[in-house]
Amino acid sequence: MAEQYPIIVLLVLLFGALFVGLAGMADRRVCFPLTMTALVLAVMVSVGILQRVISGGVIRYFVGGWSRPVGIGIELRIDTINALVLLTITTVGLLTALFSFRRVQEDKTEKTPLFYVLYLLLIMGLSGMVITGDAFNLYVLLEVSSLTSYALIAMGKSRRAAVAAFSYIIMGTIGASFYLLGVGYLYLRTGTLNMMEIHQAILALDGPSSTIVVAFVLILVGLMIKMAFFPLFGWLPNAYSYCPSSTSCVVAPLMTKVGVYVMVRMMLTVFGTEWVFENLQYTQWMVGIAVLAILAGSVMALAQVELKKMFCYLIVAEVGYMVGGAWMANHWGMVGTIYHIMGDAFMTLCMFLAAGIFVKQAGVVRIDQLDGMFRKMPWTMAGFVVGALAMIGIPPTCGFFSKLYLIRGGMESGHWGYVMALLISSLVNAVLFFRIFEIAYFGKKPAEGHGHHVDHSEESVIKEARPSALIPLLATAVIIVLLGLFNSNLVELIERSLQGSEVIGTRALSSKGGLG
Amino acid sequence: MPEVIQTYMPLWACLSALFAVVPIVLLRRETFLREGATFVAGFVMLGFVISMVPEVLAGKVLECTLIEITADVPIKFRVDGQGMLFALVASSLWIVTSLYSVGYMRGLKEHSQTRFFVFFAVSLTATMGVAFAGNLLTLYLFYEMLSLATWPLVTHHQDKEARGGGRKYLAYLLGTSVGFALPALIFCYVKASATGLEFSAAGFLASTGVEGSTALVLLLLFTFGFSKAGLMPFHSWLPGAMVAPTPVSALLHAVAVVKVGVFCIIRVFTGVFGLAFLKELDIAIVVSWIAAFTVITSSLIALTQDNLKRRLAFSTIGQLAYIILGVSLLEDRAVIGSMAHIAMHAVGKITLFMCAGAIFVATGKKYVSQMDGLGRKMPLTFVAFTIGALSVIGLPPTGGLISKFYLVTGAMDAGQPLLVTVFLVSTLLNAAYLLPVGYRAFFPRDRQLSSQPFSWKTTAEAPWAAVLPLCVTSILAIVLFVKPQLLLKLASLMVSDVG
Repeated sequence: MAEQYPIIVLLVLLFGALFVGLAGMADRRVCFPLTMTALVLAVMVSVGILQRVISGGVIRYFVGGWSRPVGIGIELRIDTINALVLLTITTVGLLTALFSFRRVQEDKTEKTPLFYVLYLLLIMGLSGMVITGDAFNLYVLLEVSSLTSYALIAMGKSRRAAVAAFSYIIMGTIGASFYLLGVGYLYLRTGTLNMMEIHQAILALDGPSSTIVVAFVLILVGLMIKMAFFPLFGWLPNAYSYCPSSTSCVVAPLMTKVGVYVMVRMMLTVFGTEWVFENLQYTQWMVGIAVLAILAGSVMALAQVELKKMFCYLIVAEVGYMVGGAWMANHWGMVGTIYHIMGDAFMTLCMFLAAGIFVKQAGVVRIDQLDGMFRKMPWTMAGFVVGALAMIGIPPTCGFFSKLYLIRGGMESGHWGYVMALLISSLVNAVLFFRIFEIAYFGKKPAEGHGHHVDHSEESVIKEARPSALIPLLATAVIIVLLGLFNSNLVELIERSLQGSEVIGTRALSSKGGLG
Repeated sequence: MPEVIQTYMPLWACLSALFAVVPIVLLRRETFLREGATFVAGFVMLGFVISMVPEVLAGKVLECTLIEITADVPIKFRVDGQGMLFALVASSLWIVTSLYSVGYMRGLKEHSQTRFFVFFAVSLTATMGVAFAGNLLTLYLFYEMLSLATWPLVTHHQDKEARGGGRKYLAYLLGTSVGFALPALIFCYVKASATGLEFSAAGFLASTGVEGSTALVLLLLFTFGFSKAGLMPFHSWLPGAMVAPTPVSALLHAVAVVKVGVFCIIRVFTGVFGLAFLKELDIAIVVSWIAAFTVITSSLIALTQDNLKRRLAFSTIGQLAYIILGVSLLEDRAVIGSMAHIAMHAVGKITLFMCAGAIFVATGKKYVSQMDGLGRKMPLTFVAFTIGALSVIGLPPTGGLISKFYLVTGAMDAGQPLLVTVFLVSTLLNAAYLLPVGYRAFFPRDRQLSSQPFSWKTTAEAPWAAVLPLCVTSILAIVLFVKPQLLLKLASLMVSDVG
C-alpha cells in the first residue's frame, strides 16, 4: 500500500472529481463532503509520502510497472523538495475547499458540481506536475491544471472575468506551447522524456550542444509566462482579481509557485546545476530581471486601490524573489527559493482568504473601504495581520526567514542589487500593509477627540465571517508562524535533496563569496 | 569564561507578561480584576527577575536555548549583568507605571482601556526579550515585536494627530530596522554563522576578519538601525510619539522602548564587536561624535519647546545620546556609566513624564507657560518634578550624579577633552530647560498668584493612583544616590567580563 502512495495521491483526486461529477447530478449537497473527503485523503497521503521520503530517501515509482523499456513508462519521482511542495499544494487545496463551503453554493447553485470537479482536477494537475519525473507527463498535467484554471476563472460573476480568462488562455497556451516545443527539442537530442535519463544524456554529450540550449531557453520562456515573471505578467492581475474568491484562493497561491518549482526542477534535475550555471552565463541576466520584477511588482502594488489587485502585484514581486534566488548560483539562494515556495504559498493564501472574507461580509473591494475593520471583524483581521507581517518579513513568521536565506545568498554571491531590491520590497510591503492597518484601525474619518464615535448602524450590518471561512484563515496564519519557527528543520530537508548538486549543493564557507 | 547555568527562568520572566493578556481580555468587563491581572503579572515578572539576581551577582550566566530556528542560530536567552540591570529597571518600573496608568486612564475616562493594557503587557514581554536575548537574531526578533506592539499604544487616541504620530513612529522604526539593522544582521550571519551570532565579550565578529571601512559601515548600520535609541538624524519619531497617552510616554518613551534602542547598541558594541576589537579597529569615535552632536543639538531644541511633553522628549533624545556616547568611548568607566545611566535616567525621566501627565489630568495644562504658580496647587507633583529634574541633570542628592560622574571620568580616561566639554555644556543646558519649570511653578512672576499663604486645603492634586507612583520614583531617584552599589555592581560585571 505504502509503495503506491505517489499514484494514490493522484487517483484519489481524479476519482474524487469523477464521483463529484456523477453524484452531483443527482444531489448537489454531496459535492462538498465528497470533495473534502478526497482532499483530506490527499493530504494524509502526502504526509505519508513525506514521512517515507524522510526515512527512506528518494521514491521512484513507475506507473503501471513500466520500468524496463526505457523511455516508455512514466516515472513519479519524489525527493524531499517535491514531497514538501506536494504537501503544500494539498494543504492549500484542503483549506480553500473548506473556505468555499456555502460560498459556492450561494453564488453558483447550478454550477456547484462543476466547480468542485474542476477544483479537484486542478489540484490533481498541480500535484502531478510536482511529483512527476517525466518531462512530457509534466506538460500533460500542466495543461490539465491550466485548462481547469481557465474555466474556474471564467466562472467569475463580472463580465470582466470572462475577458480576463480569455487573455489568460491566450498567454497560458503560448507558455505551454513554448514548454512543449522545448521538450520536443530535448527528445530530439536525447531520445528520452524521463528527467533523470535526459540528465544522464546531457552529461554524456561531449561539447556544448546548441539544441539543448535552445530547448532550455524555450522551456524557460514557457515557464516564465506560466509563473508571471517580469515582464510577462500582464495576464495575472485581472485573471486573479476578477475570478470568484474560492478560485483566487487556490489559483493565486499555487499556480505561480508550481511554475517556479518546475523551473527549479528543470535546473536541478533535468539540466543539472553545473550545466545551467557554468555552461550558460545567464546568472547576471536572470538575477537582473528578477530585481526589475521585484521593484516593478512593488511599485505597481503601491499604485493599486483595489485590495486583490494589490496582492496580485505582490505576487509578481514574490516571483521575482524566487527566480532571483534560484538563479544566483548559490546554496542559500536556492534553499531560500524552495523554502519561499512553501512560505509564499501560505502567505498568498492568507491574503486572498482575507480578501475573500472582506468581499463577502462587507462588500469591500477597495483598500479605503476597510475602515474600522479591527473592530468589526477582529478575527479576520488577526489572521490578516499575521499574513501581512510575513509579507513584510517580521520574525518569527516564515517571510522573515525566507528573506534571511535569500539575502544571505545574495550577499555571498555578491548580488548586491538583489539584496537592495529585497530590502526595498520589504519596506514597500511595510508601507502597503500599514496603510491598510491604519485605515482598518482608525476608520475613514479620524474621530474627533478621543474616538468614542462608533457607528452602530454599520456595526450591525457587518458581521464576523462564518467559521467555515475563519478556520482556514486562522489555520493558515498558524501555519505561517509554524513554518517560521521550524524553518531549520525544513531547510535541513531541502538541503538533503540539494546534496551532490554542483555549485549549489554545499554550503559555501563563510570566508568565501562576494563579501570582502 | 563565566559559569553557565541552564534554566528556563528568563523565559518565564519574559512570558509572564504575555500570559497576562489572557486574563486581561477575559476580565475586560470587570475593570478592577482586569487591572489586578496586570499587577499580578508585574509582580510575577519582577519576582522571576529578582530571583536571578544572586546568581548573576555571583558572576554566573543563566542561559536557556529554545529551538534552533535557522540553520546554526537558535532562539536563545542569556542573562548577564547587563541584561539583568535593564530587566530590573523595566520590570520594577512597569509595576509603578501600571498603577499610574490606572489613575491616568480612569481620570481621563479613556476609551479602549482593555486594548491599552493588553498591548502594554505585550510590550513588556518584548522588552524583557531584548534584555535577555542571547544572540543577535533573538534580539532582533523582540526588537521588531516591540515596534509593532507599541504602535496601537502610540495611536491610542485614534485621531488625526495620533495617525500622523503613528505613521512617523512606524516609518522611522521599521524603516531603519529593516533598511539598516536587518542587512547588518544578515551580513553578520553570512560572516559568522558558525558562532551562532552569540553575544560574547570578545565579540563574535572579532575572528571573522571584518575590518576597515566594512566594519565602520556595519557599525553605523547597527547604530542607526536601532533607531529606537533616537540618535540624530533618526530622532524625530520620539517627539511625534508624544501623542500617546502619558503612561505610554512615561514607561515606553522614557524607559522601555528608547532604552531597548540604546541597549541594543550597547550589545552591538560589547557583544557583537567587543570593546577590545573596536579599540583595535579605531572606528567608534565616529559614533562618539554623532552622539555628541545629538546631545548638544537636542538640548538646544529642548530649550525652545513650550509643550512640556515635547520638551521632555527632546531631553530624552539628549540623554540617550549620552549613553551611546559613553559606550562608544570604549573605556571601562564610561561603559559602566552608560549602563548605570540607563537606570538613573529611567527613574528620573519616568518621574518627569508622570508629573507632566498628572498636571494634565488635574488641570488639563500641557504648556510650560501655563504652569506659573501651579506648585501651590500641586506641591507633591512639583517637588517630585524637581527631584526628577535634578536626577536627569545629574545633581546631588540624586542617582543621576553617579552615572554622570562615571561618564565624565570615562571621557577623561579616553583622553577626549572635547567630549568632556560636551558632557559639561549639556549639563548646563539640561539645567536651563528643566529647572525653570519647577521654579516658575513655585515662584510665579505674577505676584498675585503667590500672595495667598499656602495651605494643604487649597491643593488639587491628580488622583492618588497617579500621584503615588511619581512620589515613589522620585524617592527611588534619591535612594539610588545613597545606595547605587547594586546597579554599579551589575554594570561593572560586564566590564569585568570584557576585561
